[in-house]
Amino acid sequence: MSALGAGFVPRKRRGAELYLVVLALAVGLGAYVGVGLGVSGDVPADVYTFGGGLALLALLTHAVVRWLAPYADPVLLPLVIALNGLGLAMIYRIDFGLADRGQSVGPFAGPQLTWTAIGVAGFVAVLFIVRDHRRLQTYTYTFGLVAILLLLLPLLPVLGVEVNGARIWVSLGPLSFQPGEIAKLCLVIFFAGYLVVKREPLALAGRRFIGIDLPRGRDLGPILVAWLLSLGVLVFQRDLGSSLLFFGLFLVLLYVATERAGWLVVGGLLFAAGAYFSYLTFDHVQLRVQGWLDPFSDTDDYFQIIQGQYGMAHGGLLGRGLGQGDPVMTPYSYSDFIAASLGEELGLAGLMAIIVVYALVVERGLRTALVCRDTFGKLVATGLAVSFALQVFVVVGGVTRLIPLTGLTTPFLSYGGSSLVANWAIIALLMRISDQTRRPAPEVRPLESDDATQVVRMR
Amino acid sequence: MNRPIRIMAIGCLVMFLALMVNANYVQFLNADELNARNDNRRVLNAEFSRERGPILVANDSVARSDPSDDEFEYQRTYTQPELYAHLTGYYSYIYGARDLEQSENGVLSGSDPRLFVNRVIDLVGSEQPTGGSVLLTIDPRAQRAAYEGLTNLAGNTTGAAVALDPNTGEILAMVSVPGYDPNRLASHDLDEAEKAWQNLNDDPGQPLRDRSREEIYPPGSTFKLVTAAAALSNGYEPDTMVNGSAALTFKGISYTLRNQSGDSCGAERITLTQALAVSCNVAFGDIGRDLGEAALRDQADAFGFGDSDVIRDLPAAVSQFTAPDADPLDEPQTSLSAIGQFDVAASPLQMAMVAAGIANNGTVMRPYVVSEVRGPDLDVLEATSPERLHEAVSSDVAAELTQMMETVVTDGTAGSAAIPGVPVAAKTGTAQSSAERKPYAWFVSFAPADNPQVAVAVFVQDATGVARTDVSGGGLAGPIAKAMMESVISR
Repeated sequence: MSALGAGFVPRKRRGAELYLVVLALAVGLGAYVGVGLGVSGDVPADVYTFGGGLALLALLTHAVVRWLAPYADPVLLPLVIALNGLGLAMIYRIDFGLADRGQSVGPFAGPQLTWTAIGVAGFVAVLFIVRDHRRLQTYTYTFGLVAILLLLLPLLPVLGVEVNGARIWVSLGPLSFQPGEIAKLCLVIFFAGYLVVKREPLALAGRRFIGIDLPRGRDLGPILVAWLLSLGVLVFQRDLGSSLLFFGLFLVLLYVATERAGWLVVGGLLFAAGAYFSYLTFDHVQLRVQGWLDPFSDTDDYFQIIQGQYGMAHGGLLGRGLGQGDPVMTPYSYSDFIAASLGEELGLAGLMAIIVVYALVVERGLRTALVCRDTFGKLVATGLAVSFALQVFVVVGGVTRLIPLTGLTTPFLSYGGSSLVANWAIIALLMRISDQTRRPAPEVRPLESDDATQVVRMR
Repeated sequence: MNRPIRIMAIGCLVMFLALMVNANYVQFLNADELNARNDNRRVLNAEFSRERGPILVANDSVARSDPSDDEFEYQRTYTQPELYAHLTGYYSYIYGARDLEQSENGVLSGSDPRLFVNRVIDLVGSEQPTGGSVLLTIDPRAQRAAYEGLTNLAGNTTGAAVALDPNTGEILAMVSVPGYDPNRLASHDLDEAEKAWQNLNDDPGQPLRDRSREEIYPPGSTFKLVTAAAALSNGYEPDTMVNGSAALTFKGISYTLRNQSGDSCGAERITLTQALAVSCNVAFGDIGRDLGEAALRDQADAFGFGDSDVIRDLPAAVSQFTAPDADPLDEPQTSLSAIGQFDVAASPLQMAMVAAGIANNGTVMRPYVVSEVRGPDLDVLEATSPERLHEAVSSDVAAELTQMMETVVTDGTAGSAAIPGVPVAAKTGTAQSSAERKPYAWFVSFAPADNPQVAVAVFVQDATGVARTDVSGGGLAGPIAKAMMESVISR
């Protein structure tokens, strides 16, 4: 494990963060005003409440970071504020489109702003409660249990609701929630804590095959359990995206913890087998694959993916301009297909910029993992960053027809409370690890009294 | 543990790069293909909310976009709908675009590359892009003469008429009756448009079919011009004596080709000029047998038969000498083909091209209907220049044919097209399509014969109220051709 270089001087960089936060706010507010200009030709009347709300939230998070995590990475927060603001503006724009078409759903912008506030509250709470990420390791199995319970919730008869064929929703009166989003976070902590302990035996080499050490047969237990769990999500919840995400996450952490590429081979084979099996067994998987390979074979069944493609093509290089395209033609243009909506109105240029922002979030996360000094922190940061990357890849790739479409939310952009709250918590945790990593090492004063006593920092 | 993290970082990089490459594919490389798909409502919506350029005839816009206060900003309006229906076509939200609205869509909608500079200016000024306009070669008086001539025949006449400038290939008139009202299909009241579409498709007169260029019919005796051209190019002279008897028999085949009248064509031996003047079936059947299938086909092709792309701006049916993939013709079939029967079929446009080729010293110019493409600010982006299609016959042969066709007007079947003081060259045709149906009446001509300005083909498919025996090219179609020629010459 590489410690920080000798020449490293810990710097807080909060000024740089503030500057970037202001820039990010300009993106969100600019988009919001752009929607007003594009739709009706004038600046939206509620620009002060909406803009003020967003600015307040952004500056609040920044202040909290100054207070609770002064050494945290200065780029992460501005990145997600830009994404969240852009998503809000786009949802606000789609509200107009939906109202225009007289559709009964929506408006979504108001609730999304509320959910952003709740997400920010969660962000603050995580930074406040988790003062040292290493203490989470103590609750490894608690998190594991919570993750399993969260995943099982939607299957309960009264609470669980089936939406569009996927049973991933929990409904409590007017509130509905996707527990899978939070489960993802719990699983990262559980996998990391588990692997910190078990990584030594799992790293033992078994048979060698084409230059890669395969793991020993008797160590296959955990990966098989993770695999079955993923398949369970697929079979019982019909949630292709989450299934893929959970298994990919476990596989990556297993590889990083053991440094054995053999696990990737084993996992890859299991994934291929699972994918093939589910393709043969489930109609909805076949439908998704067919819609990916040749959507124009059935313009009714694959209406959504076709409309997404049309929208992006219509956007072209520079886009129709906010408020000037037809994103609402695509079903779920405000949630699952918000990437296509953004591509339509902001063009290839805008979509590429958004992908770069996502890539930067992942890059900051992995950088945090690299410089982190403890194994648990490394694994958690890697897990969070990679799951974020996987999720973006699966959902944006699915929407843009790079891979078969699977239902996952687009982090920070698409409409949905659970996703926003979970992703703000992920960023909080990454910033906590980053703060821990970049802060100056505690000064160890030579103790006068007892030589046998060691300095233990307990907080 | 940092090495696998770095490898994972590379993995993430690859995923994001793949997303970006794919976005480039969808939004740039494949975008034109996706935008061109006909169920793509976005492109249609965008075009409907844009000001579409007008289609102009002389100084009038026959199709234009008027501001509209319904869900789209502009309503496509056709100012003389029936007269120009088969040229403008329609621009419908449900049924797409047709004819010039379709083939010139790039210019009219403003997406044509020639309008690129305008688009950039619109983009910078954040104006909605506006379309350019298209000016047609149509002479409004010739168009009206053709339309009125055909519609005045009788209640439900079907037919077509085409006038060309033989020197350039400009289409001066192109009419198919019955016409239809494209305004009803362009209506933003989609129920109304749907009803109109249903009515048009149920109409026994099949008004959506353009009989002037999208349909082919047996040209009958007007095809004797092609046979005569082949004869003159293969050693015959206008005064060569040919078979003028009452019947043509074939060795070993019990078929006899007779003249329309049943009698001889005036004498047992007549000149080629006389044969054309009286439209002698036996004479041309005999000549066709003498020339053979290959010579006739070559001559027909030289006038544009067999060419799928004769007209520059609009789709056109392929005129044929024989049915596609037909077996070689036997002697009676060759003779029948030589008089425009059997499987010979031509569009009225094609027959106008035959006349125009003869009129233009033997050179067929490629027909075109778009004379200029203009930007939204009316500056000319492109003016069409005439283009040679084929050398059909030598100029000597063309001159001989012209003289023979003049005789058809002065001493033969085409007297109805004579214009006082102007030499006219013409040929009539009455094509037997089938025993149950009335024969088709044809008339092709050009004038003035000594300095041709206009070549015409008129085709009357079915004139209700005209007795079967009264159907003749000279009687029904000749006066229409005359009116069209006069309207051009007197301008």
